[in-house]
Amino acid sequence: MRISVEINGRGYEGDVEPRTLLSDFIRHGAGLTGTKVGCEQGVCGACTVQLDGEPIRSCLMLAVQANGRSLTTVEGLAGDAGLHPLQRAFHEAHALQCGFCTPGFLMSMDAYLREHPDVGREELREALAGNLCRCTGYLGILEAVEHAAAEMRGEDDGRA
Amino acid sequence: MKPPRFDYAAPASVDEVLPLLGEAATVLAGGQSLVPMLNLRLARPELVVDINGVPGLDQIRVDDGALRVGAMTRQAALERSELVRERWPLLHRAVRLVGHPQIRARGTVGGSLAHADPAAELSTALIALGARVHLRSVTGARTVEASEFVLGPLYTAREPDELLVELEVPEQPGGAGAGFAEYARTHGDFATAGAAAVVAPGGQAGVALMGAGPAPARAEGAERALADGASPREAAALAAEHVEDEHRRALCMELTRRAIEEAIA
Repeated sequence: MRISVEINGRGYEGDVEPRTLLSDFIRHGAGLTGTKVGCEQGVCGACTVQLDGEPIRSCLMLAVQANGRSLTTVEGLAGDAGLHPLQRAFHEAHALQCGFCTPGFLMSMDAYLREHPDVGREELREALAGNLCRCTGYLGILEAVEHAAAEMRGEDDGRA
Repeated sequence: MKPPRFDYAAPASVDEVLPLLGEAATVLAGGQSLVPMLNLRLARPELVVDINGVPGLDQIRVDDGALRVGAMTRQAALERSELVRERWPLLHRAVRLVGHPQIRARGTVGGSLAHADPAAELSTALIALGARVHLRSVTGARTVEASEFVLGPLYTAREPDELLVELEVPEQPGGAGAGFAEYARTHGDFATAGAAAVVAPGGQAGVALMGAGPAPARAEGAERALADGASPREAAALAAEHVEDEHRRALCMELTRRAIEEAIA
């Protein structure tokens, strides 16, 4: 089936089988390999992308279902001004080691902070539960998202 | 893993969906349970009928005092509904415990009920609220009580040729409070057990448990006891008395007590 999907503001077309997962279309059809594929059963969150601004598991959607829709992947997160505040904070707070889970965390948290700019630590722990990281123990991720949230609110949290 | 091959149809109306349904077909709503089952090849349908393009199935509205929730209503939309939060707070409490935001953005209310996971928070809440399930097929339409719709793990009263189109939740008695308590190892994980309660000032109550049996079910003994003036602890003991495993029984009792106390507070 012929599909046409907008990803990060650019149009991509491709022929897919009905069973082709969106995650596979993003990686192999569009060649955007920033989105990672982990468990393929909706548990790990590594394949999280945004569909019309909402975070979703791209391994739990068929590529044909994205026909005519608009997606954002981790490649679309950084703007002309450089890295997104979340990306910078993950870098600075050592919120990643191997990095496989990072795109999923970034895409989840970008959407979450838009809806919850004043998030507290306990809520954040719950919000992070939808993404698994096997390296960091999560503390660095928690701190990175808090720093990014403060920066996105326009606060100076005292760090260089 | 990847899904097995299947034929795919994306009809544009309920009337076009119905003739496609049957033993060989599976309905694709939010896909948050079906697609993992396809990926794991636990489900091997010949035909996947995608109802995401059917207009009108995602409405949240009030009709004659009752809440009507279309089967394709995303769980995130239910969670964000001010109407639901104010007038059916139990549903708001329950839906926030379904998976994670990334799941609720796609997952649907009808899909949750039709998939019938034994730990489905929405089924449990809908049973406690006395909800009714509206089904349609080429031969007609019927309505089933939510408590009689969910029958066992991944097993419902829906016939293969039927489509779950809408849920109907009756108006709650004035001053009724709601409580939901569950135990899961981590937030968003499948819960081991849980309880939902709605209690009106006169003691009229709806109580449902998940994790106490093969499917979420009403705890009628606890409901009657509350109407007769029993304490939350006494009602909770009745709700859990048939659970065989000792740990699970203690868990069900405590969660039911918390849900009832939250509903009364």
